[in-house]
Amino acid sequence: MNFFLETLVSGLSAGVMYSLVAIGFVLIYKASGVFNFAQGSMLLFASLTFVTLVEKGAPFGVALGTTALVMILGAILIERLVLRPLVNRDALTLFMATLGLSFVIEGLAQLLMGSDVHMLDLGIDDLPVSVGGLMISQFDLFASGAALALVAVLSIVFNKTRMGISLRAVADDTLAAQSIGIRLPAIWRIVWSVAGIVALAAGLIWGARQGVQYSLSLVTLKALPVLIIGGFSSIAGAIVGGLLVGATESLADIYIGPLVQGSVSTWFAYILAVVFLLVRPAGLFGDRAIERV
Amino acid sequence: MTVASQIADTPVRGVQRRAGLIGRPLVLITIGLVVAFVAIPLVATDYWLSSIIIPTIVMGLAGLGLNLLMGYAGLVSLGAAAFMSIGAFATYNLLLRLPVLPLPVVLVLAGLIAAAAGILFGLPSLRIKGFYLGASTLGAQFFFEWLFTNFKWFSNGSQSLTISAPRLAFLGWDLSAATGRYLLVAAVTALLILLAYAIVHSRVGREWMAIRDQDTAAAVIGIRIGRRKLLAYAISSFFCGIAGALWAFGYLGTADAHAFDLDKSFQVLFIVLIGGTATLFGSFFGAAFIVLTPILLDRIVLATSLTASADQGALANLQRIIFGVIIILLLIKEPDGLSSLLRRGLSGVRRRDTASRAPLG
Amino acid sequence: MPSLSVPTIILAGALGLVALTGSQPASAQEHKGEQLYPLFTYRTGPYAPSFIPFGAGNRDYLRYINEVEGGVDGVKIFIQECETGYTIERGIECYERYKNGYDGALTAAIYPHSSGLDVALTDKARIDKIPIVSPGGGQNIATDGRVFPYQYPLIFDYWSEAQIVVDYIAHQVGGTDKLKGVKIATLYHDSGYGRDTIEPLDILSKKFGFEDIQIPVPHPGEQQQAQWQQIRQAGADWVFLRGWGVMTPVAIKTAARVGFPVNHIIGDIWSGSEDDARPAGGVAKGYLAVSVFPPGTDYDILKKLKETIIDTGKSDLKDDTKFGTVYYNYGVIEAITFVEALRTGHRKFGNHPLTAAEGQWALENLAIDDQRIAALGAKGLISPLQTSIANHKGETIAAKIIQWDGTRWDTLTDWIKADTTLFADVIRAKAAAYAQEKGLVLRTASN
Repeated sequence: MNFFLETLVSGLSAGVMYSLVAIGFVLIYKASGVFNFAQGSMLLFASLTFVTLVEKGAPFGVALGTTALVMILGAILIERLVLRPLVNRDALTLFMATLGLSFVIEGLAQLLMGSDVHMLDLGIDDLPVSVGGLMISQFDLFASGAALALVAVLSIVFNKTRMGISLRAVADDTLAAQSIGIRLPAIWRIVWSVAGIVALAAGLIWGARQGVQYSLSLVTLKALPVLIIGGFSSIAGAIVGGLLVGATESLADIYIGPLVQGSVSTWFAYILAVVFLLVRPAGLFGDRAIERV
Repeated sequence: MTVASQIADTPVRGVQRRAGLIGRPLVLITIGLVVAFVAIPLVATDYWLSSIIIPTIVMGLAGLGLNLLMGYAGLVSLGAAAFMSIGAFATYNLLLRLPVLPLPVVLVLAGLIAAAAGILFGLPSLRIKGFYLGASTLGAQFFFEWLFTNFKWFSNGSQSLTISAPRLAFLGWDLSAATGRYLLVAAVTALLILLAYAIVHSRVGREWMAIRDQDTAAAVIGIRIGRRKLLAYAISSFFCGIAGALWAFGYLGTADAHAFDLDKSFQVLFIVLIGGTATLFGSFFGAAFIVLTPILLDRIVLATSLTASADQGALANLQRIIFGVIIILLLIKEPDGLSSLLRRGLSGVRRRDTASRAPLG
Repeated sequence: MPSLSVPTIILAGALGLVALTGSQPASAQEHKGEQLYPLFTYRTGPYAPSFIPFGAGNRDYLRYINEVEGGVDGVKIFIQECETGYTIERGIECYERYKNGYDGALTAAIYPHSSGLDVALTDKARIDKIPIVSPGGGQNIATDGRVFPYQYPLIFDYWSEAQIVVDYIAHQVGGTDKLKGVKIATLYHDSGYGRDTIEPLDILSKKFGFEDIQIPVPHPGEQQQAQWQQIRQAGADWVFLRGWGVMTPVAIKTAARVGFPVNHIIGDIWSGSEDDARPAGGVAKGYLAVSVFPPGTDYDILKKLKETIIDTGKSDLKDDTKFGTVYYNYGVIEAITFVEALRTGHRKFGNHPLTAAEGQWALENLAIDDQRIAALGAKGLISPLQTSIANHKGETIAAKIIQWDGTRWDTLTDWIKADTTLFADVIRAKAAAYAQEKGLVLRTASN
């Protein structure tokens, strides 16, 4: 029983890390209707920039600030050079454009900062502490805390500030929002910047776990089923979806894996997501403007 | 105009455009066949056949398969490579385990097996549309990659989990050399293009387009939408399955499940979008672009002797960046794909012809 | 006039330029009299970190041969790079581009630098009669040169590796007779590569009586909490870590989280580079790994490279701290096999560039004994190697165990030799089954 619980808890903490990545997707999808495949590359680029600065001797805060600035600059460039020319095009074209964008970002990252594998130490031990009899890693607690803080900040920004309200207006009805004077390019720039900073946060946490290297960009693949289950446009959905995916795939690997003599978690989350779609097309929170047949 | 007559009149986009472009399709088809089956095998070198022409044709065929689904029926799939892998593994196992079957029969059967899987993974389309549907087809992508890796039976217990063609022969001809593989690929593709042409001009094709453009109206006039959608997945997967078999045995020679990974699915998607949706030949332009561009960029580096002066790693990364930029530029500048560009180019030439003749007349 | 956009022009240019350069420059013979070495690179993408030092070791050694030793028996080596990005398609294009030589230089052998590409080229190489050489990463069944005349999986295979790991553990517990009841868990990357050790470990566990636990990690392996809990739950004594890429540092970190002792984890040869251990941070101190490409700079040949290539600024390395790392030395070792094969061929065919047919003979008659190793200045860097038609991998398969001290690798043992007779029959039977499936006629020494 304890083994089951520990598997479950470790799955949940993995899920939080997936959610961190998924939130970046949600922000961009909500505001611009773009499924941004380059989110993984942005995550790589951000963490690589950060770690390179730190290795060059920059203090933690300076490196963090500089990287955030770089991500904002990147967002402005992406809006101007990619999004604006593609306005009003279908979702698939936009998706493909972000795939092209991921080649550019990954190429730039390796061109500018090299291909080395970097160690990233955030100063938090990845060792277990006992919480109510269960062994939980301090690092997982920290990651969960970071995710919670991020969600809290984002929800304050979206619910209380003028910018956030404009953003929600755009998400609800783009045309109406424009007609009352909300400038779409400005909103996009802001949202892509925020997504860039979220990518930085996720990149640091993932990078501390596995080292900062190219394969960081692959975590997108784990975020996709989270999004299908949680919805492309709900931050709460991303969190719950992440927990669900993390927990079920951990359990599946332990309890179903041996039956088929292999690991199942590469596809398990996707099949779960498909089944979920079939049973509940409206999504976890029913807030998706889903095109039902 | 009633909906029914609208269906009847729904223009078959690619065809109408082509009809405007070419006066005599028969002449063109003949020329095409002569080029494909006489000129190319005579002229092309091994290098051209093995590393440029064959992959272009096969990827174009996969693009055509996906185009039937996306361009004509208006559905989405991000898992085209999964159906390619089914075709490849089915072909391998049929050839191995049922040696009596001749190659063409095996290819058709492999296509049908892929079609069956297509129907299964097309089921979500009965309930959802749009990008969620696309994302759900990723399930197929990861499931089949795992299936063919996890169970050694599919690769006949091979240690490296790879499959290679046991025999590539037809009516006693050995097709394993480059020219043979080319002829196999070209013949199969020609037949499948014909089949695709027939399908999009049939009632099924027109109904697909009706569903794509106006699904409610299509339902009102009695089109059984669910069945038609599943049929679209089946036919698309049939094409992709055969393309996968050709990719594994006509091009690679030996393949494993990872030859059909997510990147390959995205490539097929690129091919459709860059080539032009709802065109039969656009995919082949798209495939040429995807296959040729990286090779070309590498060639430019080689030809200009940049390697002597610049850092190799930087050059390699720069090529990747340029490839990404070209893709974005194409999506921005050519919304209808390369095939529309070619059409514009040709009609432009003709217009100029008429214009230059006008003063004389 | 239709508007011709930038991409159109690029595409048109593309077609034109490929048409121009696509076929071999038959007339150009600028590099006649040289031996081509097509260097298949992957300087971009996820695996670039391992290639960059590897490629540098490769290039540096060949440059040393060309510039300091005046070529191989006077024959200069002409290096042409071709970027594969570790994809099969690009690799096939590179193969087709260079299989018949380039610019007058001849191709004697091709090193695909990718296990996947090695497999994909099997049939093509058979038709083209081009030797494909994959030191450390070839197909084990291709050891049987009677079935695979053109594949050379030199130096190492994972079955021997499993044996060496069990042998090392036996030493630690006090002899093979003490293995009974010892629990050895293999945590493997869930792929053809990772699954390859399931069968030999099963055979070994039956022979020695240790308990064999197999646990897969799905690619890329960024989450392993569940797997390590399973290892702890099973009460494993040792873990054989057959990782790839990011899977290794995550495994080491996760082991620390569940409290598994790091000095009882033995990494695979692809889990044993600096980039595998360093990202795991302090908890990696004491981590063990199998090494056929021993790190370090204290070998005569490395000293010579330092003096003539690194210190003169001719190295391909941008970051000199990578000199003497696992992958750099791997590059040097691989280049040594190429150069020694050429020397072998020169003794039989004369001192001129070898053709592919001559290259095949040379690779099949390669003999690098202790004396030759000493002459190369590679004592301790490579173990003796002797190939034949029946054995394309080479006799005496051996590896060392190395240990991470927190910043670099220490060599813990001398060469541990694998008993190649143990699996020889199984491998030969697999090769025979392959030959039957493909309808191949076995080669004998006479034909």
